[in-house]
Amino acid sequence: MRFKQPSALPGFGLALGYTLFYLGIVVLLPLAALVAEAAGLGLSGIWAVATEPRVLAALRISFGLAFAAALVDCVFGLLIAWVLTRYQFPGRKLLDAAVDLPFALPTAVAGIALATLYAPNGWIGGILAEVGIKVAFTPAGIFIALVFVALPFTVRTVQPLIAEIDRSVEEVSATLGASRLQTIARIIIPMLAPAVLTGFALAFARSVSEYGSVIFIAGNLPYKSEIAPVLIVIKLEEFNYPGATAIAVIMLGLAFVILFAINLIQAWSRRRLGHA
Amino acid sequence: MPERNQTPNKTAPSVATESAPARTALIALALAFLALFLILPVVVVFTEAFWKGVGVYLATFEDPDAQAAIRLTLIVAAIAVPLNMIFGVAASWAIAKFEFHGKSLLITLIDLPFSISPVVSGLIYVLLFGAQGYFGPWLKAHNIEIIFALPGIVLATIFVTFPFVARELIPLMQEQGNTDEEAALTLGAGGLRAFFTVTLPNIRWGLLYGVLLCNARAMGEFGAVSVVSGHIRGLTDTMPLHVEILYNEYNFTAAFAMASLLTLLALVTLAAKTLLEMQYGEALARTPRV
Amino acid sequence: MRIRVNDITKDFGKTGALRGVSLDIHDGELIALLGPSGSGKTTLLRVIAGLETPSAGKVFFGDADATGVPVQRRRIGFVFQNYALFKHMSVRDNVAYGLRVLPRSQQPSSTEVQKRVQDLLDLVQLPGIGERYPRQLSGGQQQRVALARALAVEPRVLLLDEPFGALDAKVRKDLRHWLRELHDRTGHTTVFVTHDQEEALELADRVAILNGGKLEQIGTPDEVYDSPASPFVMSFVGDTTSIPVEFDGDRLLYEGHAFDVSLTEPYRGGGRLFLRPGDVEIVDAAAGALPGVIVDIRRTTAGHRAHIKLGARDVTIEVALGHSKDIRKGERVGVSILRGRVFAD
Repeated sequence: MRFKQPSALPGFGLALGYTLFYLGIVVLLPLAALVAEAAGLGLSGIWAVATEPRVLAALRISFGLAFAAALVDCVFGLLIAWVLTRYQFPGRKLLDAAVDLPFALPTAVAGIALATLYAPNGWIGGILAEVGIKVAFTPAGIFIALVFVALPFTVRTVQPLIAEIDRSVEEVSATLGASRLQTIARIIIPMLAPAVLTGFALAFARSVSEYGSVIFIAGNLPYKSEIAPVLIVIKLEEFNYPGATAIAVIMLGLAFVILFAINLIQAWSRRRLGHA
Repeated sequence: MPERNQTPNKTAPSVATESAPARTALIALALAFLALFLILPVVVVFTEAFWKGVGVYLATFEDPDAQAAIRLTLIVAAIAVPLNMIFGVAASWAIAKFEFHGKSLLITLIDLPFSISPVVSGLIYVLLFGAQGYFGPWLKAHNIEIIFALPGIVLATIFVTFPFVARELIPLMQEQGNTDEEAALTLGAGGLRAFFTVTLPNIRWGLLYGVLLCNARAMGEFGAVSVVSGHIRGLTDTMPLHVEILYNEYNFTAAFAMASLLTLLALVTLAAKTLLEMQYGEALARTPRV
Repeated sequence: MRIRVNDITKDFGKTGALRGVSLDIHDGELIALLGPSGSGKTTLLRVIAGLETPSAGKVFFGDADATGVPVQRRRIGFVFQNYALFKHMSVRDNVAYGLRVLPRSQQPSSTEVQKRVQDLLDLVQLPGIGERYPRQLSGGQQQRVALARALAVEPRVLLLDEPFGALDAKVRKDLRHWLRELHDRTGHTTVFVTHDQEEALELADRVAILNGGKLEQIGTPDEVYDSPASPFVMSFVGDTTSIPVEFDGDRLLYEGHAFDVSLTEPYRGGGRLFLRPGDVEIVDAAAGALPGVIVDIRRTTAGHRAHIKLGARDVTIEVALGHSKDIRKGERVGVSILRGRVFAD
């Protein structure tokens, strides 16, 4: 079995060589360090760190809020994608471009903007304070920041699918007597389900690892509003490399498991719903 | 396709869409959400930056530390982006134009930074080059500084931004296939010549697209750089880090003034991206990149 | 269910798709809407269905004015050319769909639904495929499932939009026969749209021919074929060639040669004589017969055709050759016209 198919095009060796060299230095070497450090800890060491109360709390907050934010983003992402694709209205193109803002804006900028917005004397924070709701420096603040950060993922995964829906399927549903609501619930939503799930997975993964947008609005109180990445930074500043590594590995591992599970659900739904 | 005499399938007949009041309500809801979550934060940046007037705004940039931060950001981008561009071109050349074992593994590796938290992206370099890292003592002995210095920042930035160019070029070059290059070769062109005269023109808009995104991310990266930089004012502060410092000192106007520059960069990047997509949509990869 | 279409006009922006079309569809008949691209036939079908609202005119289902009734409540069955099956549902669920979206009070029990689905699948001769998904079926099977689905809600009328257009020629022919048999068995009023004249003539009880948004003629296949009301109908339904002729009082002339007919009304002026390939015979070149020269002989699926240049002008007609003729290119022959239809300019 040869490594590479013969080809008339030149430059393969050079291109692949440089690629591997670059990847080696930039990616593999540092990752190897991570793996080595984790191996040094061993599973017991990692478990010990994982079960520290403060770490557990941070993991719970990170994953729990990421899950909730991804959920909200799925719902609104679907709505926004639908409105942008199906309806015509002035300013549509502008809004379509705006959806990418969280993707393009530096996280620190988003962080301080959101913190200021939702602080007790901020535009929105002020209004909410009158009603007795506190957002900044609480988990709610983290939630808001994550909703901001992950929105583009849920919109962009569903948009192409909405554009591809064959209208005659919707029409035939109407001829069979279904109301618009029934058509949406029984025909359109199931067709979009795999894309929505994918969007959820991407949004979730991004939310779990988010740092810059969150730390300003979060308050970072241990056990209350401290996310896992913040804990990693703290451990690093204490030169607790093993501790930091352990948390990183746990985060990677948990994220991997959850994403894998979502992929399974997707594959199942694709098969069950018969959608290519 | 059904022969639609005068009814193109895509124009909305009244059955295959929601009622007018429902549409209005949905549009309003979507607009409200977007305005609240996306537009408002951007507005806040500029209002806070200019809150105390243009004079105070401009004064922010007369601070030497602020200038150092801007300089550092530009230097880091100037190093990281071209390097990543070359990598992107090389990687997509190898992946898109040839068949070989291990291709999907390679692609997965290239996608890796997207699945890793920025903090972890910084962590791995600290593990390698930090004071207590694997190469720490060796570096100390040879008086080389990576962590808490420019090289570390460049490395971390490279790590989080290198996929952008490759991810745009790989599907694009795959879509374009090999025929153009093969035609050039049959006409006697050498490899390099074929590349510069045939491939490069074909991918130029995709390349620009990827470079734009790469640059925006490189200048705006916070988490990874925060971990490796040490936050030494005037020395290892990039613009995002300086924003953090200013904000934590309650110097809000200055913080937002700095942030406004970065926001401007983001808006320009988005505008350029949209323009590229509108004008040269067919010259960009068709698979959605998120 | 009798359907009456009254003076329907439909505009899309500035383009008029239908202009003042009136049509009477008998209860239980199988009627074809035939016409070229852009004739408005699909639009008319969709107006009857309620998928389009007419700009003017009315639609009656029986005696009731259905013009304002939304499509969901018209109780019609619609079949699209691309089947439009719900890809994420099994065949069974597809067919049952119409029954499941009924208001609770009218919904049959689930056992009843299953029985109906099975009966319908038997009716369309696909008894065993209930659990399969559309992507596992052939085009012909998918179309039959689409039909079963449309029949499930016991529609008052079946509307088919170029139902066999996406299928191979052989499958198309088979399904044509099958549809006719199905119609004879169930007796539903059925309207189907096609641009294939052969299909229309073969299948339909009556054919309505549309052109440019107007109804040109409606009649039985025989009427439409043998007594076309206009040159368009004549040339659209069946092969024709035509030659220019002159009306001279009570005689019909081609290049001075008088045809053996006498006109009922005297007329002077120009016109065109339309001929079908089978309406012309080749005879010996004798005095009195129309002179012609064989220009070409070609093979078709229905035998041989001769292209004959008539007279002095550059006019060619097509003639179907019988088996016994032994003609060669370039031969001078006589042309005897047995039948034809002439339209004044």
